[in-house]
Amino acid sequence: MFTTKPHAKHALRKAFAPVRLWRTVRLGVRSLWLHRLRSLLTLLGMVFGVCSVIAMLAVGEGVSHEAQEQIRRLGSSNIILRSLKPDEDKRPSTQRSYVIEYGLSYADLKAIREILPNVRLVVPARIIRSYVFNATRRIDGEVFGTVPWYPEMRNVRMVAGRFFGDEEMETKKNVCIVSTVAAETLFPIDSPLGRNVRVGSDYYKVIGVIEPESSRVNSGANADASSGRSEGSTLSRVYIPLVAAKERFGEVLVKRRSGSFEAERVELHEATVQVAQQDQVEETAAIIADVMNDRHKKKDYEIVVPLELLRAAERTKQMFNLVLGAIAAISLIVGGIGIMNIMLASVTERTREIGIRRALGAKRRDIIIQFLIETVILSGAGGVIGVAIGIAIPYFITLFAHVMTIVTFWAPMVAFSISGLVGIVFGIYPAMRAADMDPVEALRHE
Amino acid sequence: MQNRVETQREDGGMASESIARLEQVTKTYRMGPVLVEALSCVNLDFKAGEYVSIMGPSGCGKSTLLNLLGCLDRPTSGAYFLGTEDVSHLSDDDLSEIRGSRLGFIFQSYNLVQQLTVVENIEVPLYYQGVRADLSRQRASELAARVGLGDRLDHKPFELSGGQQQRVGIARALANDPLVILADEPTGNLDSRSGAEILHLFDELHGQGKTLIMVTHDDDVARRSQRVIRLRDGRVESDVYN
Repeated sequence: MFTTKPHAKHALRKAFAPVRLWRTVRLGVRSLWLHRLRSLLTLLGMVFGVCSVIAMLAVGEGVSHEAQEQIRRLGSSNIILRSLKPDEDKRPSTQRSYVIEYGLSYADLKAIREILPNVRLVVPARIIRSYVFNATRRIDGEVFGTVPWYPEMRNVRMVAGRFFGDEEMETKKNVCIVSTVAAETLFPIDSPLGRNVRVGSDYYKVIGVIEPESSRVNSGANADASSGRSEGSTLSRVYIPLVAAKERFGEVLVKRRSGSFEAERVELHEATVQVAQQDQVEETAAIIADVMNDRHKKKDYEIVVPLELLRAAERTKQMFNLVLGAIAAISLIVGGIGIMNIMLASVTERTREIGIRRALGAKRRDIIIQFLIETVILSGAGGVIGVAIGIAIPYFITLFAHVMTIVTFWAPMVAFSISGLVGIVFGIYPAMRAADMDPVEALRHE
Repeated sequence: MQNRVETQREDGGMASESIARLEQVTKTYRMGPVLVEALSCVNLDFKAGEYVSIMGPSGCGKSTLLNLLGCLDRPTSGAYFLGTEDVSHLSDDDLSEIRGSRLGFIFQSYNLVQQLTVVENIEVPLYYQGVRADLSRQRASELAARVGLGDRLDHKPFELSGGQQQRVGIARALANDPLVILADEPTGNLDSRSGAEILHLFDELHGQGKTLIMVTHDDDVARRSQRVIRLRDGRVESDVYN
């Protein structure tokens, strides 16, 4: 006559049947809608958690992408040698005016070449800080004397025109290539191609425009502060043939100070060594370091290995992601606690309703599912709003702060899934509390 | 008026069909260090189609009895046969199932879910029975019409008068076509006119052969039922057929 034992499995399937679940979801939405403000405020915790996770990840991803891009532009099979002015305290401080000699020399490069036959290309460069003029327009820039194959080796692209060639190198022609930053300042209206810029007393014809090199190219990992160069000047570059640079500017650079002058004798400011195979980079770098160590008493040079920088950057990124993950976890947990708090209040408030439902045939799991679904709706809605805002924030950061941001595909996915998970985790306890109520007591509750 | 005390029947040779039967039911509560015996050795037999009032002073065990009959609680000892089955030791889930499928509840304070409409409130028991949405909606609408609320399907409880709310409660109690309808002072919160309407509905249900068990304080209300059971101190004081 009656079914005695309802089969638990069957009943469970019934509770989770899509149609039934959908009705429970609708019921949950309505219950939440009944306390709109409260639900909204509860949501906010989740929204902030999720959107900050996505936004932070986007900024982190953007910054590390930029850093890695800059390092990659240095060339992962390159080793960069740079002249470094010795530390302040090692200078002869008694003299008011002096000439200091330091840095790379052609002899160094020759030695490297002899010891390392597998070195494919060597690009020497001289860097002279100077004002560059176009009529009355002036920039505080760098004159960069180098060789014709420089852009190819350093992965720098031409924006317009061309780089100088071997012939111009040999004939010491007064031609130059300006970086886009320099071009914009010096020639704000018309094309710089074919025009002349003045450096010191010499005029150079602009034959090409080149994209600005990343600031890391110049400053390296640790030379930012000590070199004293501002980022603006490193980007405002004018490239001229190395031979021309040597001839026009000589070996000794004089800097005038108030009441004294300071002269530097530097043969080469920079040299790039390219190795044929990327896996030889570290080995080669070690050999170069030995060679340089033998040849220089003072540490007046630095060796930058982009590949190592790249690895370091990757490690930094991993650390960054770890920290982000921790912050994200904390904010999501805080959001989850907020949800749990409000659900506990809601359960107490709706004790009577729980009693009614239990009396009318609701099983404990029906009550659990009902409240769990409400929590998941709350946190899920928070997640959706958070994802929307979290995707919008990086866009505005890029727009207004000009910081590169990247919203990866998985960031919103992960953030959203975690918000749902938080809903379940923090919803279980209130739901259990609701289900554990004694129907008789619950019905009596005022 | 005929007075007759029901005696316990163990021979099974009952004339009409027994639908709910309590055998030696005792219920004790622990209140702090003391044990309180709310019901002691109660034997009661309810037959199909009966209209029974349970009366007694407060604290006599009426509510406990109703909770036991409604499978909201389990007896401490004794057996409770609902239909042919002893339900006194079933699990929580099984009791839920029984409440949902075989029992109808009518409460003094109506106990409607405030955020649900009239029709949705009537649908609640059907929902837990897994009745398809369209069928349950249809049934709930029919029941609402039957209790005279056919034009108020989408009203919320707070938009209705007490009498109307109680009629929703009755419709809800009828939704799953229960074996027994249990009413806890159904007219207790109502003015006499609304109360009369509700009792009229009860008469109708009784006329249709429904089994009604009602707790009441009111002699006038009890007088309309077939049988009046009086409890005192957890025992059946009298069991009288009108």
